[in-house]
Order: sequence, then C-alpha cells, then structure tokens
Amino acid sequence: MEARTHIRVEDLSVWYGGHPALKDVTLSIPDKKITAIIGPSGCGKTTLLKSFNRLIDLQEGVRMEGRILVDDEDITAPGADLTRLRKKMGLLFQRPQVLPMSIFENVAYGLRIHGENDRLRLGEKVEHYLRMAGLWAEVRDRLAAPAAKLSIGQQQRLCLARGLAVEPEVILGDEPTSALDPHSAERIEQRFLELKRDYTIVLVTHILRQARRLADYAAFVYMGELVEHGPAAELFAHPKDPRTEAYISGRFIESTGEDPD
Amino acid sequence: MTQARFIEEKIFRGLMLAAAGMVAGSLGLILATVFVKGFRALSFDMLFKTPQGGYYIGGGGGIANAIAGSLVLGLGATLLALLVSLPLVFYLNVYLRRRSRLAFFIRFSLDVLWGIPSIVYGAFGFTVMVTLGLKASLLAGTLTVGLLIIPIMARSMDEVFKMVPPELHEAAYALGSTRWEAAMKVILRQAFPGLAAAVLIAFGRGIGDAASVLFTASFTDALPTSLFRPVATLPLAIFFQLGTPFPEVQERGYAAALVLTLIVLAVSVLARALTRRVTRHSR
Repeated sequence: MEARTHIRVEDLSVWYGGHPALKDVTLSIPDKKITAIIGPSGCGKTTLLKSFNRLIDLQEGVRMEGRILVDDEDITAPGADLTRLRKKMGLLFQRPQVLPMSIFENVAYGLRIHGENDRLRLGEKVEHYLRMAGLWAEVRDRLAAPAAKLSIGQQQRLCLARGLAVEPEVILGDEPTSALDPHSAERIEQRFLELKRDYTIVLVTHILRQARRLADYAAFVYMGELVEHGPAAELFAHPKDPRTEAYISGRFIESTGEDPD
Repeated sequence: MTQARFIEEKIFRGLMLAAAGMVAGSLGLILATVFVKGFRALSFDMLFKTPQGGYYIGGGGGIANAIAGSLVLGLGATLLALLVSLPLVFYLNVYLRRRSRLAFFIRFSLDVLWGIPSIVYGAFGFTVMVTLGLKASLLAGTLTVGLLIIPIMARSMDEVFKMVPPELHEAAYALGSTRWEAAMKVILRQAFPGLAAAVLIAFGRGIGDAASVLFTASFTDALPTSLFRPVATLPLAIFFQLGTPFPEVQERGYAAALVLTLIVLAVSVLARALTRRVTRHSR
C-alpha cells in the first residue's frame, strides 16, 4: 500500500471571512490511487478538494495557512502558476457544468487554450477523450449540437472528457455522481476504476457505499478537522476514532438526508 | 377558514391578472394611438425627404433628417456606451471581488447616475460644451446621450453577469483558463443574450430621449453630414410638430412617433433573432 505521494497537505487551515472551514489538516494523497474524502455535508470536504487546485481562491474573503505540495512543488507559495496547476487537475462538479458551446467545443476548449490549434489533431483528440469518458458512441453523430442538450449523466461524462483533454495528472471529483441517476453514476464510477491506472483520483463523497466500492485510501473529515485517514479497507473495517466509527455506522445526526449506507 | 383562503387566492389572482392586463393593455393602446393618428400621414415623402420650406406650417417634405439623425446619434451613443460598459462590467464581475468596496462604489454611482433625469444630462452636456467652446452638434449630442445610457447599459449588463452561475466561472478556471480566457470565451458566451438585451434597452432609451439632445444636438432640417454640425432627432421632430397648431402637422408628429416606435421594435426583433443564433449552445 506504500505508494508515492502525489499531493501532500501540511498543516492546512482555511477560513472563510474569519469562519474556520479547515483546521490543521495534514494528509498525503497517494499517486495513482483513488482517495475518498468522506464526511457529512458542510464539514470542509469540498474546501479541502478545491484547495488542491486553488479554486477556493475564488471564494469571498478566503484565507489559507499551511502548505500544499503537488509533485513536491509548493502550490500555496505566492506567485505559484495557477493556470498550470489547474491544468494538472481535472475537476468534476456535483452538477455537471458544461460550457455554453457545442459538444465538440466543450472538449476542444481546454485543448485550444493550452495551445492546440491544428484542426485535424483537435478532432482526433476530441474523439480520443470522448471515448475515454465513454461518451463517444452516443455523441459521434451530433458533435455540433449544444452540450446543454445532453442528459445530465451524459453531461457529466462530457465534463470528464473535457477535464481529461487538458491532460491532467490528478482528477478531482466533488460528489460527481450525486446529481446523477444510478445508472449514470455507475458509468462514472467504472470510468474512475479504469482511470486510476494513469491518474491520481481524489473523490469527495458522502455516499459511503461509493467510497467503499472505489477507494483505496480514505480520509474522514468532520467539522473542518481531519479525524482519520488510512487505507480504505482498514478505515472502514476498523475505524480508530469513535467519530469515524459513528459516521460510518450511520449514527451522525448531521448526515440526515444522505445515504449512510 | 378554507373559504377565506379560497377568496384570498381569488383576490390575488385578480390582482395579478389586472397588472398583467395593464401592461399588455398600455402597450396595445400606445401602439394603437400612434398608429391610428399617424398612419395616414406616413408616406414616401415623409420617410425619405427632408423638410421643405414651411414644413412646420403644412409645407411639403418629410422627416428624413430626424430619422437619419436619430439612427446615427443612437447608434453612436450606444457604441460609445458599450465601449465603456462592457469593460466596466467585466472588471466588476470577473476581476473585482464581489464585495469589494470599489465594486460597491461603482454600482452605487451607476444607480445614482441612472436616476438623474435626462434634462440634467442635457444641461451638463451644454455646460461642458460652453466651457470648451463647442457648438451644438452631432458629436456633443452623441456624447451626452452616451453618458445618459451608460448607467442603464452597464447596470443591466451587471445583473446579467450576476446570473451566470459561479460554477461556470469555476469550471473555466478549473481547466486552466486565465481570467481573460474565462471572461471572453466562456462567460461572455453565456451572458450574450442578456448583454444584447441590455444594449437594446440602452439603445431604445437613447434614441427616444428628447431632453438630453435639446441643447446638445440642437435641430436642423438637413441630413447629418458632419460630427460638428447640429443634427435632427426624432423625439424633437415629434415635439416640434405636435407643438404646432396645425392638425396636418400634428398628424405628421404622430407619424414620426410611429417611425420611432417601429425602429425600436425592429431593432429588438432583429436582436432577438440574432441572439438566438449565437446562443443556441446555452440553455
């Protein structure tokens, strides 16, 4: 289980306008594995995930302390190249957020902004990544159609293709299946299992069953605190912290309306 | 109890219907009035000839001077306002933090400017002209109307930008876009129909305003040929013609009002058609 560390979080604390969202989180995300970040809603999971690509910078009044090292490079240092960092990290949102363009252009967008302008190669790459996301067969005849016309499950796979197209090393998923029907969710999960051969995957989820199915490594975040982390099998079978134990056995009041398994 | 709730529901439904009816009704009534009173005076001469001698006491000719003048001035002012509004709203919504003090101040200023009556813009424009030694001209009128419609355009655009979901910004950034790329290639596209509507609202307001051009653009019977000459506009043409005691001239005033209304109508229909083509990719 000892894998190379891809992302290393050191004493990370985050505040939103003085309100603490994450407290002293230290965590290593292993390379080419699926790491699941679990915990009840509003506990800081998404904040942790979005600090990996510094997307939390967009939030109002955000303050960060501590360090995050990606490939041993401090991405929290002033002057860190954010566009390069974000190119390294594909992000899937809770609800797929397609760009207001055609299916083709959604995938081509990232390629274009990172310098690919050759029409022939664009076409090849768009097909390649749509295939990788398992969407090609469904959209090959209507690449020029607006992406917004796709079903929500297809949109999420389009977002996956779009993210893969910028050739990231890490795939971040912020509850990427929570808006999808079970069948679409399963297809996304299958993609993740295939993609972990080549990518480091970090998945925020509050569906414990999903975390069990997919994760090699798991981290439990509760009220801004990293309570426990370790190999997923171990964390689920023998949680060390009573809070973890309570959460994975479905005894947290905060987790109402979710799927505590 | 249920009876009371039922009546409550009925009253509110009635109120809403009345309000809706009032809006549709006044539009219909205005169009009908202008049409009925002005249609008969509408003619080839009216549209394509400039006023001949004695036009305002019933002489021949038309209002081509005002139609051309209004179009040129309205388009110029809209373009000018667009050049200021678009960068401004991008700055407000993409670069500035939403709750920044500067953003608050800019929005506040725009709201105040929006509320200032157009005659004040006219007076302001006139004062500036006098200080600079300029005469009433197409240029001065365009600048003044431009100023008048900047807050309208900018604030409407601002509202449109606020409706763009924050996740779309995030999605663009997550792909490694720079702010410029996110703004120009993603946000602009998403916001386009709303932005076009904002431009239209501003154009409609600009082309129809009389008070701001009264001193600054003045009036002339000639077609617009130079930025530095006075220019005729439709609102003033309507005003002057309706102000005469001659029924046939007043009728032409209504015809001019009809033309102005049709221009605004045509532009909005055209723009709707255009935005539909550009935005078939957003929902």
